[in-house]
Amino acid sequence: MATLKDTKSHDMGLHEESLKGRTQQRFFSVDESSNLTYFNSFEVDTDKTATIDALEMTPREINIAIRELMESGVGSITVENPMSRHGVGVGILNRLNLTFTDSLGYFGCGLIDGPNVHIKGRVGWSCAENMMAGTVLIEMNAGSTFGAAIRGGDLVCRGSVGARTGIDQKGGTIIVGGNTGAFSGFMMQRGRMIVCGDAGRNLGDSMYDGVIYVGGEVEELGIDCVPGEMNELDVRYLSSKLDLYGIKTPNGAEKMHKYVSGKMLWNYDKLEPHEKKVAL
Amino acid sequence: MCGIAGIIHKKGGASENIGAQMTDMLQALKHRGPDSTGYAVYGKDNGNLIMRLKVAEAIELEGSYSIHAEIAERIALVDARLEESGAKIVNKENATEYALRYELDFSGDMKNLADFVEDIEGVEILSVGNTLELIKDLGDASVVSAQYGLNNFDGTHAIGHTRMATESDIDIRSAHPYWAYPFSDIAVVHNGQLTNYWTHRRDLERKGHRFSSNCDSELIAVYIANKMSEGVELEAAMRESIDFLDGVFTYLVTTKDQLGMAKDCMAAKPMVVYEGDDMIALASEEVAIRKLFDHQIHTFDPYDGEVKVWQH
Repeated sequence: MATLKDTKSHDMGLHEESLKGRTQQRFFSVDESSNLTYFNSFEVDTDKTATIDALEMTPREINIAIRELMESGVGSITVENPMSRHGVGVGILNRLNLTFTDSLGYFGCGLIDGPNVHIKGRVGWSCAENMMAGTVLIEMNAGSTFGAAIRGGDLVCRGSVGARTGIDQKGGTIIVGGNTGAFSGFMMQRGRMIVCGDAGRNLGDSMYDGVIYVGGEVEELGIDCVPGEMNELDVRYLSSKLDLYGIKTPNGAEKMHKYVSGKMLWNYDKLEPHEKKVAL
Repeated sequence: MCGIAGIIHKKGGASENIGAQMTDMLQALKHRGPDSTGYAVYGKDNGNLIMRLKVAEAIELEGSYSIHAEIAERIALVDARLEESGAKIVNKENATEYALRYELDFSGDMKNLADFVEDIEGVEILSVGNTLELIKDLGDASVVSAQYGLNNFDGTHAIGHTRMATESDIDIRSAHPYWAYPFSDIAVVHNGQLTNYWTHRRDLERKGHRFSSNCDSELIAVYIANKMSEGVELEAAMRESIDFLDGVFTYLVTTKDQLGMAKDCMAAKPMVVYEGDDMIALASEEVAIRKLFDHQIHTFDPYDGEVKVWQH
């Protein structure tokens, strides 16, 4: 079992206090195997296929239909005629091949952990928000806050995306085949963002960590976002990742620009927690 | 949040039923604002001037025994003042007891006419134009459309709005679109909040512009009207508005033959655009545009500070 590293917070004694009442401190143990599975995640067989015609269905009905099929073991689902409806394909916590033959509206495929989703149209705002694992591939354009707060997986848009792409990104990879709007990578914390085209102003504003690659022009860097140095590993990573989805950059991976956090705003090791504790 | 939508046919084309198309789009946006619905639709020009006005708020009908008599008096006064201003009433229709449509033969000063009519207590001109007809009332698109017979309206372009009241009352006065008084055929719909509304309102009022409501969105219509009175072209006025207006906004403007869209520098309010060979359709959400198409379409989000104008 892994042990916690000694950190400054341990030196300060922040882990020694025991909480009482309803806010009790609980630590994860690998022996608790039940914690390793999600409620409402299902064992599915990807050879079992099914199609849903969503033309006359509400988003809730579509999501229930997907869940019922997964419950019965179907692992490859095609949803026809989603007609840009909002909040579809959300909360899927197991592996699944899910295809939408048309566009989705807002908050499509949010809070997912594991499925491979293929959207053959466009997506609206906040696609794949809080995605934890899996892949989401969009064939056309995407709206703003694309991949907000994603923690893992690959989120890929072959077209262009709106503003605030990857806002609060905590992991995973966001790939944009075209351009991205203003404030992309705002408050990014981890993960990678690859933009093959141009980026709008305030790129990477207030980012804590993570890496942003841009193939085209950057209108303006945000506060504490600085150019990084491309190395061979970056080029190899970009080439393999883009090849995986058949996406080309205008000038090749080696000509892409890298942007990272200047860490002037980086606050993790500051002493505010200790000061707060003293104040309390 | 509110929902806004627009359609314009290019190359001189026209829809057989732009009223029904706009109703479908606005009904799909109902979840963005169910308080009121408004349309600015552009029909055929037969040489006459069309004036849409209301002589009372819908809510007034519920609160006063004498309101029906007062409405009749106000309408009679409107008729008299129109005649007195040299406007010949060619046709007059009532969509509701309080909402009227006049077709006028008039070639005089628009501002004088509008001021004289609006001087009557309770009367507000919603629009004046050769092709513009501005309709707004409480309820969702299906209610307003049925009430005003919009399902059979032929036209070239239109904008519409579903309102979630945040800054002002739920009444017709605060509903969108807004007519850019006193310029004929110009209307505005807006989604967002303007934070420098009062400062600019006072400035514009000092220049002689009138505000009919306390809704921040009206500032955009008055601002555009002011710019055009200074001889500034629509697109240039809209570009200047990006810096002039503070807050978050996406708005649409229509003139007799143009439809424009502007988005704030934070890109904080949504807009999805479909640009076809014959038609432009845009809305706060793609789900509204899809009411016009049963097949997949290519759409995109305009970027921060972007202004686009399409010609009929």
